[in-house]
Amino acid sequence: MLELVVVSGKGGTGKTSLVGAFAALAAEKVLCDADVDAADLHLILAPRIVARNAFWSGRKAVIDPGRCTRCGECLQWCRFEAISTDLVVDELSCEGCGVCVHFCPARAVDFPENNCGEWFVSETPFGPMVHAKLGIAEENSGKLVSLIRREARSLAESRGLGLILTDGPPGIGCPVIASVGGASAVLAVTEPTVSGKHDLKRVADLARHFGVPVMVCVNKWDLHPETADEMERFCRNEGHRFVGRLPFDPAFTRAQILGKTIVEYGDCPGKEAVVSVWEKVYGLMRGTRS
Amino acid sequence: MISIASGKGGTGKTTVAVNLAAAVQDLGVQLLDCDVEEPNAHLFLKPVMTESVDIHAEVPEINLQRCTHCGQCQDICQFNAIAILPEAALTFPELCHSCGGCFLVCPEDAVEGKTRLLGTVEQGLRDSIRFTHGRLRVGEAMAPPLIREVRKRAEKDRITIVDAPPGTSCPVIASLRGSDFVVLVTEPTPFGLNDLELAVGAVRKLNLPMGIVINRSDMGDDRILHYAEREGLPILLQIPFDRNVAERYARGELLTEALPWWKQSMLSLFGEIKNRLEAPQLLPMR
Repeated sequence: MLELVVVSGKGGTGKTSLVGAFAALAAEKVLCDADVDAADLHLILAPRIVARNAFWSGRKAVIDPGRCTRCGECLQWCRFEAISTDLVVDELSCEGCGVCVHFCPARAVDFPENNCGEWFVSETPFGPMVHAKLGIAEENSGKLVSLIRREARSLAESRGLGLILTDGPPGIGCPVIASVGGASAVLAVTEPTVSGKHDLKRVADLARHFGVPVMVCVNKWDLHPETADEMERFCRNEGHRFVGRLPFDPAFTRAQILGKTIVEYGDCPGKEAVVSVWEKVYGLMRGTRS
Repeated sequence: MISIASGKGGTGKTTVAVNLAAAVQDLGVQLLDCDVEEPNAHLFLKPVMTESVDIHAEVPEINLQRCTHCGQCQDICQFNAIAILPEAALTFPELCHSCGGCFLVCPEDAVEGKTRLLGTVEQGLRDSIRFTHGRLRVGEAMAPPLIREVRKRAEKDRITIVDAPPGTSCPVIASLRGSDFVVLVTEPTPFGLNDLELAVGAVRKLNLPMGIVINRSDMGDDRILHYAEREGLPILLQIPFDRNVAERYARGELLTEALPWWKQSMLSLFGEIKNRLEAPQLLPMR
């Protein structure tokens, strides 16, 4: 089973547009949107949801004012400043550690399981897709990412599909770590800017930290060709595979507005470049298959 | 305290944050870059760094001489960071949230404090702008404790501008909490609107006043304008796409220095925010 995870470090470099295009180009695959915090892939792949599941993870403390004796001991144990002086738990600050629950002398703190969001199995014109929606301002995004990657894998196995295309989240924190671990390869999509360069290095270091091979593609390369060249040299020096450049092409935005991938949108420089990047990426992945 | 946030990444949060700070620096400004996973503001502000502090989380280590394998520490830990076996006691420091429960519950005083490096907080100056950011250690999963350390270093009597991370989950909440006003930077596309709606939901949960900046306002359609009108949210500024601006951004330039119209735009944005803070009856809430 091959899994390609598309990441970027910096947000807004074109991950989702690229995954959408790959979805239209690749045969025999499962799609997975692991950007559970701000998922967008569904906006260009028109999924029809066939299964909807609640995501329960962790717990939150709730003080029952009826049982509470107002001794205030919980205030001093809480390390997250989640309990107000009038002894109410702020659900946004509570990390669900349960210390107040355990030590409350009046046993006045309830500890219900937390519903953190929903996850879905869908059918799209390009194959099955597993995606999710983290509840607003919720925690445990890493666990939700691990869950939908697991589901995507078992779906691929049960249908005999050999490839998973995963749209990853930005950054390098918990949901990214959950997206990258155990993948066959990571494709980092970057842009030729000082911030793109800075963030590419960090996300590539993260992938290396977890032993996942890194491929790099520069989007909007013509906005600053010198930096794009520099990024290609960076990849050579660091042992990452440079898989190509995409031009700044307003067709990406126009396709998105029509709810389409760039591949369906029609012939344009962006589509041409995407096709060539996909051939390179897929060729490398098949080559590194063990 | 004005926070710059967005749901979607790459919409121009950092550009707005650094240029807003530069435009109003005479008023006494500090910029806090709370995007500790991928901090970028320093690339544009180029501050002279004066201080760098490593930030650690407290994690447990079990002293096997004292441990009686009673398992209470394992039971209280909600994060599976401790496993007590008949012959051994294992800790998984990367899973630990530093709640302190295991230290408190152990009857034998066998849980000892160890540390895990979260990252670094750096502080500096760019002209009169005070600058603070955090850099999460590559491989570290938990951004919020480092973000809280960045926030802690804010000076009380300065105008504070916070550059928040993208998304709507816990790092965003840790960055925005306690702001006086949230500026949501978006773009007029389906992805931009979808993620803006999520961000608006997060800001409403925090019960903070907010307004919208539309970046690359001519590359898309009018869906953000319609949404803002429906929700009663003010459009504070619209910035059209400009290739010259994109190239200057690519090089890491401060736009307010090179382009007078950018300074004007940022001053007008600041005026819009200030007017709303001084006339609370106009604040768009919920």
